[in-house]
Amino acid sequence: MKSPKGAFSLAVIVLLLLAATFAPLIAPFDPNRQDLMLAMTPPQLTGPHFLGTDHVGRDMMSRIIYGSRVSLLIAVAVVLFSGVVGVTLGVVSGYYGGRVDSIVQKFLEVVWAFPPLLLAISIVAFLGQGLGILIVALASQRWIPYCRLARAEALSLREREFVSAARSLGATNARILRTHILPNLIQSALIVATFAMATAIIAESSLSFLGLGVPATTPTWGGMLSDARAYISTSWWMALFPGLCIFCTVLAINLLGDVLRTHLDPRLNRA
Amino acid sequence: MLGYTLRRVAGTIPVLFMVSLLIFALVQFAPGDPVDMLVSDEATEEVRLAIRAAWGLDQPVYVQYLTFLKNAVMGDFGQSFRYREPVMQLILERLPASLELAIYSTLLAVAIGLPLGVWAASRPNSIVDTVGSIGGFFGISLPNFWLGILLILLFAGTFNLLPSGGRETWGLNVERVTGFLTVDAIIAGRWDALWDSLRHLALPVVVLGTNMTGIIMQITRASVLENLQEDYVMTARAKGMSGRVVLWRHAFRNALIAVITIIGLEFGTLISGAIIVETVFSWPGIGYLLLQGISFRDFPLITGLVLVYTTLFVLINLAIDMIYTIVDPRIRMG
Repeated sequence: MKSPKGAFSLAVIVLLLLAATFAPLIAPFDPNRQDLMLAMTPPQLTGPHFLGTDHVGRDMMSRIIYGSRVSLLIAVAVVLFSGVVGVTLGVVSGYYGGRVDSIVQKFLEVVWAFPPLLLAISIVAFLGQGLGILIVALASQRWIPYCRLARAEALSLREREFVSAARSLGATNARILRTHILPNLIQSALIVATFAMATAIIAESSLSFLGLGVPATTPTWGGMLSDARAYISTSWWMALFPGLCIFCTVLAINLLGDVLRTHLDPRLNRA
Repeated sequence: MLGYTLRRVAGTIPVLFMVSLLIFALVQFAPGDPVDMLVSDEATEEVRLAIRAAWGLDQPVYVQYLTFLKNAVMGDFGQSFRYREPVMQLILERLPASLELAIYSTLLAVAIGLPLGVWAASRPNSIVDTVGSIGGFFGISLPNFWLGILLILLFAGTFNLLPSGGRETWGLNVERVTGFLTVDAIIAGRWDALWDSLRHLALPVVVLGTNMTGIIMQITRASVLENLQEDYVMTARAKGMSGRVVLWRHAFRNALIAVITIIGLEFGTLISGAIIVETVFSWPGIGYLLLQGISFRDFPLITGLVLVYTTLFVLINLAIDMIYTIVDPRIRMG
């Protein structure tokens, strides 16, 4: 992590975690407090509203700080959920093979047939908005890379000597999976997880922007940009700052993924 | 080749069938009664029952599914709740707008990404290469709707050079032949209309094409570099061929295979990107239609659009696979 890439990404991620954790302590105002007298105040270097206010006079800085909570919470939940589902299905599919494998692969093929984001949009469109549904929607296709990775690893690992040795010593399948297969794919899964987190944050903010994210009462970066659209000609700050937050967060996570890839898995390095 | 093609085409049928089942299941699990969207709040119970029967909602679920499937195969997705017009007709009216946007974005991405990728590969670790790779990271980290908003802010707002949304200026009255406004303008010989369409296309095309440009560039660079290390390249060099010929005629040609695949895969990203970009720029295509459908809970319209999108995506990938086997005959044998 001595590279400038690593330093930048670490700094942004630590800052973000601090902002999300201590939001109530550091946010200067209640993110939902409206004050129409102060609506669309431009950023003030010395005044109370450092990043300005939005169309109903809510403090931009406070909303951005609270918005980091939603983005991080959802991204982490989506990555964990899809990781657990994907790795489990992949390992089982690759290790047992046969019937189980072909059913899982068929299911994967059907889910993969949807253009990215469209399945998520459909799930939210039909089942309604809410935190739980949003997480399921965003995870609906994100488990697939984990599943492919885990299946390929399990397929090759089950033929290796240490696995047959364990089996001949009387280890059960469950034990082999837990102690021999899973630990061997944690590193690669971690790299997949980093990139999945970056796309999950973009997808979450896209859905919020389209009005399909968490209910509008919760401040989100995507939702703030959606509000900004109508006031674009008068209030540039409404459009600039929330987007900049999404961009820096995603960039930091992508760079972290790149650093991790270089350090953990030299095989994955590009030419 | 024919046998292979037929087998691949047949292979998409069960997938599309399962896709339709999945969508139908989602509609079934949707909370609320669809009849509520069709009648006013004061409707009597008789009226509600009559509506229910008229839309076939009183049938058992499997009968509803089979009817839905039978009609969908014929391209009939029923009536839109909101527009009271056949869903297919609504989609067909707006499809050219989306295709026009997608085609120009792809062309832009290929025209910029491909040469830049080859250039970067021919000078690995040079300034061009480094700037390119940093640009690539920026590209995949930039949410396209934010890029759209920023460009509107700059080019429609501050500089006042381009329109902030829509597809054409009202009142130009160019005869619709193909539905592609740039083509129609040329057919009618209306240069003012062509200029108008291009001005409206500029920002959405740039936004939709940016991400794809970065990805095409990265893939081209990686696969050209990989090919440059192959033995046949060394042979060509040993025979005394110039660097340019080796780069373009040997390495680039073989790298094209990877690039073709990625263009196919990126088509999916293009579709989901278009849904967002059309919303940002109020572009009257099927993505914008989908969002309107969602806000009015217009289930037949959403179902129809999702099926059309997915079918398009599956078919494009099939077509790419076919092109692939022509370009690289080794695949077919495998």
